[in-house]
Amino acid sequence: MAGPNILVSNLELVPGRRVKAHLGVVQGSTVRAKHAGKDILAGLKNIVGGELKAYTELMQEAREEAVQRMLAQAASVGANAVLNVRFATTSITAGAAEILAYGTAVVLE
Amino acid sequence: MQLVLEYFELILFVVLLALGYSVGRVREKRHYQSIRRREAELAGVLAFGIRFPPDPNAPRECVLVTGSVVVSSDYFKQFVAGLRTLIGGRMAAYETLLDRARREAMLRMKADAVRHGASLILNVKFESTNVGGGMRGGVPAMEVFAYGTALKPAPAPREAPRAA
Repeated sequence: MAGPNILVSNLELVPGRRVKAHLGVVQGSTVRAKHAGKDILAGLKNIVGGELKAYTELMQEAREEAVQRMLAQAASVGANAVLNVRFATTSITAGAAEILAYGTAVVLE
Repeated sequence: MQLVLEYFELILFVVLLALGYSVGRVREKRHYQSIRRREAELAGVLAFGIRFPPDPNAPRECVLVTGSVVVSSDYFKQFVAGLRTLIGGRMAAYETLLDRARREAMLRMKADAVRHGASLILNVKFESTNVGGGMRGGVPAMEVFAYGTALKPAPAPREAPRAA
């Protein structure tokens, strides 16, 4: 999950580096629905249980996209790091979820 | 033949239940074996919930590491859980499911840290979401997501090169 040279961390500081300026909260989100065909396969998988790989990948892609959008926002305010990053996931309706990534954009020395 | 057609739904139900019980149990056992093996392998990667690095002034490189997994329960567990909701109490069938998912997510996060060459993860957070269809006949599926910040010694220009 690396961006265009912007450091991403969920710590509140970067060891050994000083924060020069705080630029406020940046966030990125995406809403994803699952594929009906994959859902049928998942339904079959559901008989025996276990990991639903197609869904795992879907969620990973979605999370990556949310982070990319957050980083784009951070770049637009001139930050070189986003600290204290958090993720939130909410299921909106059956079969769709929103993924949100947010953090504090800062300028590191 | 007539009999089979007459009780088709019941037979299907019993077959699915048996399939869920037998295959689901074997798969769970295998998954637990794999989890234990990988947990032993990755025991050197330390993961903590603390928010601050032990030495905040030492320059270190930070990387956000993540691990996630979507799991679904088997037919038998769903049936048992359905019965359980009638009388309430501990749902052991789902406890093991989520335990597996959480440990798997943790292992994937640690593997991510290893890929980045780190062996220390701080501020580890877990998040679980229901991504399935919920009550309306959809596939019950839970996502467990683990993330944290991996620290590795920074290749600092001012730092004297250490002897190997």
